[in-house]
Amino acid sequence: MLNPVPKLHLVVIGNGMAGCRAVEEILERDASRFRITIFGAEPRVNYNRIMLSPLLAGEKSFEDIIINGQEWYDDNGIDLVAGDPVVAIDRAAKTVTSQSGRVEVYDKLILATGSDPFIIPVPGHDLQGVISFRDMDDVGTMLRAASSGGDAVVIGGGLLGLEAAHGLSLRGMKVTVIHLMNTLMERQLDEAAGWLLKTELEKRGQQILTTADTAEICGDGKVEGVRLKDGREIPASIVVMAVGIRPNVKLARDAGLAIGRGIHVDDHLVTSDANIMSVGECVEHSGQVYGLVAPIWDMCRSLADGLVAEPSGYTGSVTSTKLKVSGIDVFSAGDFSGGDGCEDIVMRDAARGVYKRVIVKEDKIVGAVLYGDTADGNWYFDLLKKQEDVSEIRDALIFGQAFANGGGAGSSPFDAVAALGDDAEICGCNGVSKGKVVACINNGAHDLDAVRSGCKASASCGQCTNLVEGLLALTLGDEFAGERQVKPMCKCTSFTHEDVRKAIVEKELKSIPEVMQAQHWTTPDGCASCRPALNYYLLCAWPGEAVDDQQSRFTNERMHANIQKDGTYSVVPRMWGGVTTPNELRAIADAADKYGARMVKVTGGQRLDLFGIKKEDLPAIWADLNAAGMVSGHAYGKALRTVKTCVGSEWCRFGTQDSTGLGIKTEQMTWGSWMPHKFKIAVSGCPRNCAEATIKDFGVICVDSGYELLVGGNGGIHLRGTDLLCKVATEEETLEYCAAFIQLYREEARYLDRTAPWIERVGIDYVKSRIVEDEAGRKALAERFAFSQSIYQVDPWAKRAAGEDAKLHQHLAEVRPFAGAVA
Amino acid sequence: MNPEWLDIGPLDQLPAMGARTLPVRGGEEIAIFRTANGQVYALVNKCPHKQGPLSQGIVHDTTVTCPLHNWRISLVSGKALGEDEGCVPTIPVKIDGGRMFLKRDAVLASVETPKLAEPAQCKAA
Repeated sequence: MLNPVPKLHLVVIGNGMAGCRAVEEILERDASRFRITIFGAEPRVNYNRIMLSPLLAGEKSFEDIIINGQEWYDDNGIDLVAGDPVVAIDRAAKTVTSQSGRVEVYDKLILATGSDPFIIPVPGHDLQGVISFRDMDDVGTMLRAASSGGDAVVIGGGLLGLEAAHGLSLRGMKVTVIHLMNTLMERQLDEAAGWLLKTELEKRGQQILTTADTAEICGDGKVEGVRLKDGREIPASIVVMAVGIRPNVKLARDAGLAIGRGIHVDDHLVTSDANIMSVGECVEHSGQVYGLVAPIWDMCRSLADGLVAEPSGYTGSVTSTKLKVSGIDVFSAGDFSGGDGCEDIVMRDAARGVYKRVIVKEDKIVGAVLYGDTADGNWYFDLLKKQEDVSEIRDALIFGQAFANGGGAGSSPFDAVAALGDDAEICGCNGVSKGKVVACINNGAHDLDAVRSGCKASASCGQCTNLVEGLLALTLGDEFAGERQVKPMCKCTSFTHEDVRKAIVEKELKSIPEVMQAQHWTTPDGCASCRPALNYYLLCAWPGEAVDDQQSRFTNERMHANIQKDGTYSVVPRMWGGVTTPNELRAIADAADKYGARMVKVTGGQRLDLFGIKKEDLPAIWADLNAAGMVSGHAYGKALRTVKTCVGSEWCRFGTQDSTGLGIKTEQMTWGSWMPHKFKIAVSGCPRNCAEATIKDFGVICVDSGYELLVGGNGGIHLRGTDLLCKVATEEETLEYCAAFIQLYREEARYLDRTAPWIERVGIDYVKSRIVEDEAGRKALAERFAFSQSIYQVDPWAKRAAGEDAKLHQHLAEVRPFAGAVA
Repeated sequence: MNPEWLDIGPLDQLPAMGARTLPVRGGEEIAIFRTANGQVYALVNKCPHKQGPLSQGIVHDTTVTCPLHNWRISLVSGKALGEDEGCVPTIPVKIDGGRMFLKRDAVLASVETPKLAEPAQCKAA
């Protein structure tokens, strides 16, 4: 049939994925516009280059990976010139010339020349047996090498290199991968995922050398091995270079088209010559060069729209990588480098070998890296591309689409958890499924802590605490109190005091930021509740090693005085055992006058308290009191406060022992020690108990035959009489038991627990078992207390009086409005 | 003659997660705070609850907890957080060349003279 208008001639250079896809798109829009000729360098029809890896691995045959067979060319009247590459373009004459001398005139020309593998120009790169991994011929070479076994080296630990290594490994070769960077696939994976991949590949028998730089490929005419710059030599009968690709721009450059890294094209994939277009890996669009298949499909659509339909315009592609490397699923998309305003949501499941990281910025996903389980990759990628606000589903985001959408849009984690299947993973850290958590609850774990100890769910990073609580509520219904028996430390964490103290010791955490990081604090720097607790726990666990953080101390401990309601302070010098001297009293009286103490009061703990001292006068009054031999009375601290005594056998007609002397010895041993809360001691000389030892944290009642040791008393809001710990015969024993008891309290009570509630909780029998029945344990406790005291028993007043932290007591400046200046 | 901003000294005089004080003759003492991230804020040094010295509280995030009764006050707005209600005046701060400057009229807002009117107020209750 004669066509009234002769068809335009479209010539396509490149019979690969881009060139043929462009043709497909054009045909789909207008099958009759062009007469089409396709030139291909390879002597075969259009096949799927991505599938070369399974081909090498033996999972596919060539027939399996053909995209368009000969009949497609025939059916569409396409003239395929295979195995005869174009070598020149004459833009003026609008002709192309092939290697064999064939000349074709074109009306429109598409360059789809793809990319060339980058060959690093080390000595020996041209030896026989050095190949790339780009086409069927390379695969053929590899298969021939593999058939005789032996060693293979793959240079490049990117996607292509690892695919080649996997294939060769499956074909029975011993493979070594040499990678210049320190993690594999650093462009697609972050460090954590790269490390997981390396570990897994090594398990499968490949040798992976990272931070390895090739110096030379050795061999006499044929490859024999690779030598690294650090001197190592690896034998090889084949070397695959897979260090990267670069756009093939030779024809375009020779033809005088505008090029950069690739062939410059506009939004309709038109080059600097209006009759020449270009698509695929050879193209540079808006400064971007792509090496993945998805952008190529986008480009081909825009090219066809521009050429034969409504121009749509290509605006660049956001790329994602979802692939299997050696059977391991990996996925990445967007920007995962982190940075300002970026927030990471991370889930790790060591048991299943899963690592997921989603990067959120301003409530939108900007990047994602998935390793081991990539099922939700497309969902994350979709949210990323659409720039959707994820704040509503943020809590459930990392658990995937099924989870986050479980109860419909805007669902709470509670609804989401109900919708989950039994296999769904709740705790990523410990790999605990919903089914396991529910079974654990049904077996009697009726609160969070029981679940944590029962099946380990939520016991590591704590991020899934909400979900576990949701399951508790769901499974137990009304039986679930919602309240945990043991409450978390504060709103900044889901962990209890005990959990945190255990972690500090076991993980050797020695600073507050370290604890917050390791225990997944939900606030940047804690709160006024957890910071002082953490500071104390660290000082207690690591005496001398942990740094005392002044900014995490309550003002009283920071100022070493008691703040009063008017903002002034009260000052209490230490009087050992409540005993003073005329000289000390004179010094106290003088100080009271000099610094304008508005009241001097005798305290319940047998001390004198000077009220109304200004913050800025504190160092001076301390210096005066120090000069008279007095030290800080720690009346302001969560610390040993006072040892109260009666006069005892020295003066009292009823006294049985030297209670005053023992009180002084006790105070000299214990002063200056930081505690979970204030700690009071008393020593009474007889059972009449004038020192009120039965309402103290540690009390001693002297009797004829020795000393009754009493613990856990409190005269505060909840009056509690002491429990009898035991009776001992000597002062030495009294001191050892006292030290051991204090240390047990220091190590095990929660911050801001007095001894009374602590003993109510753990039971006096427990305390007895540790202090009375376990002699070795008691001595060890006493020794730890002594060690701590060797570091912390210092007079803070003396340091301040000598000028330490002077800023704490001084104003920054003063404003005098009418002098018009800042002084 | 009178600059708009008062130079109150170098930034390094202010400890991170801490505070210093600036008495104003005839007016309210000002507390200047520095957060863990290095931001600087200034408030009148009086908790809206019982006038506790906020400068002596624990600073966390952009909040200070009053040392007297644990009210939490926003360093940004001066408002009491959580269940509590109340507000303390804030003073605009700027940092320039490593030095701290306070807005002069806000510093002097509490000074009682006919010339310096307008007592300090919190924006919107």
